[in-house]
Amino acid sequence: MELKKINENTWEIPKHGDMKVAAVIYASEKLLTGVRGDKTLHQAKNVACLPGIQRNAYVMPDAHQGYGFPIGGVAAFDLEKGIISPGGVGYDINCGVRLLKTDYSEQDIRDRRKLLLAEIFREVPAGVGKGGTTRLNRRVLEEVCAKGAEWAVANGYGMEDDLKKTEENGRMREADPSLLSQRALERGIPQLGTLGAGNHFLEIQKVAEIFDHDVANVFGIHSMNQIMVMIHCGSRGLGHQVASDYIRLMENKFGTGGLPDRELINAPIRSDLGKRYYKTMSAAVNFAFANRQMIAHWVRHVFHKVMGSSEGMDQVYDVCHNVAKFEKHTIEGNVKEVCIHRKGATRSFGPGREEIPETYRSVGQPVLIPGSMGTASYILVGTDKAEELSFGSTAHGAGRVMSRHEAKRRFRGEKIKQDLEQKGIELRSTSWRGVAEEASQAYKDVDEVVRISHEAGIGRLVAKVVPVGVMKG
Amino acid sequence: MEKYRFFRHTADAKFRAFGQTLEEAFAHAALAVASLMWEWKKIAKNIEIAVTADGNDLEQLLVSFLEEVLYLLDTQDFLLGSVDDVRLEKGDKGWRVHALFRGDVRGSGYEIFGDVKAITYNEIIVKDHAPFLVQIVVDI
Repeated sequence: MELKKINENTWEIPKHGDMKVAAVIYASEKLLTGVRGDKTLHQAKNVACLPGIQRNAYVMPDAHQGYGFPIGGVAAFDLEKGIISPGGVGYDINCGVRLLKTDYSEQDIRDRRKLLLAEIFREVPAGVGKGGTTRLNRRVLEEVCAKGAEWAVANGYGMEDDLKKTEENGRMREADPSLLSQRALERGIPQLGTLGAGNHFLEIQKVAEIFDHDVANVFGIHSMNQIMVMIHCGSRGLGHQVASDYIRLMENKFGTGGLPDRELINAPIRSDLGKRYYKTMSAAVNFAFANRQMIAHWVRHVFHKVMGSSEGMDQVYDVCHNVAKFEKHTIEGNVKEVCIHRKGATRSFGPGREEIPETYRSVGQPVLIPGSMGTASYILVGTDKAEELSFGSTAHGAGRVMSRHEAKRRFRGEKIKQDLEQKGIELRSTSWRGVAEEASQAYKDVDEVVRISHEAGIGRLVAKVVPVGVMKG
Repeated sequence: MEKYRFFRHTADAKFRAFGQTLEEAFAHAALAVASLMWEWKKIAKNIEIAVTADGNDLEQLLVSFLEEVLYLLDTQDFLLGSVDDVRLEKGDKGWRVHALFRGDVRGSGYEIFGDVKAITYNEIIVKDHAPFLVQIVVDI
């Protein structure tokens, strides 16, 4: 596909054919080579053709081919003429990342690192479809989906302060759990408080580099080798079912004629079905917030048990990577409310935005970008410029370059564990083959992804963390 | 005859399933989905579940049918080991598929090594004449 170079890290697919706007890609030459190798650009062009799309369709530095919308895609739609699409959010609704700080240093936990990880592995249920310790009934599950992390905190999982430091304060108020299908509820009941498998993980990390000491301090990151805990998971089977349900409902209502990819199925935002999708998606978002809230609580519990105290284990932040929301943005000089789709992208709001917790409002929101298993992860800060360049969005992770099938063929889980151990990283997993699928070689270079985010100005580097213990679901 | 084959796909898994009939291709597609999470050949056939799914067209029917594998895993800890007696029916309102899933409950001895989040319509193909084949990309 024909690409116009705008500057070192910005490329454009100029508006042509049925495109209503241009598509803008943030990538280095190196990252672009990967992006060109699959259907990412083609998918971005398809998104640019959707009704009511505003300004540009955006592609983040970690983008790769998805279904319908690319992963690492951001698009905003006009509320009157625009659409909402389950394919623009993804199946794992509110897949996201939560980061806890500690006041321990690597030195403090060195002798008990193995034990910490073993206890976390015992307390936090992992694995595919594996049920948690908290069996619920339908009524309670509906409450969880109505109130999100608020439900969890009210029921003894965590602290009020956690809510302030969670995107949407841990609760999308528009959620209507009565719209969840029977199947979604059935899948959700055994899975609340579970990590899940695939790319989901929980890591004990240490601070390896601080790029911006002032901002890092505001986020509670104060020294090298400080121990942090990162939790990466989503809405599990409940969220997947919501996406599948609404793709089907929208297909049945609007048909699939004229769509270049059936996964682009959508409904007008103002239509009954569009509104119902948003309310049901919000219920799944809340399920994921509650999920991460409960896991964070168990992590603190383990630190308390093993280290004697969990004091100082404040939440840095919790971000969504797959979500649709209503936000105000400046478009052609006017402030306008639009429906933003972020699929494999992180909100990256700069200073002053009222959506950001007060404690962070002077610097911008924390942006949490996990790397692949055993590699570095990054903490960035949102920027004003991101609002102009990408509707306040940046990358969400490393992004795959190799299929899981291929990774499983090439790598062995046991060998990966040995290699990580040599680097001083403990690994626990329910499956060796699952470990092989997540080999870091199967991913893009996360260092390059965050460098481009930083240079393009859509998310500024604050700190780098590296794992000392990894629990893979 | 080859039951299914996986193809190159960056982030997700893409496969084609084959059969002497479309019914057989559907059955093999369900096994292909299972193969991303466990070794279906190793699953004891202790439990039988009669499965029904429907769709407005064959593509929607296939997606609904394969979603049963994920739904039964999440809600009943069911690990699919074989698919038998697949029947496709066309009625006034669209298509319906019936099948008999055999397998076992998750537990010790079975390694679950992957996660399939969803069956997608991305690059979906249902070829309902010989040589029969279906193509699916799953979100993992």
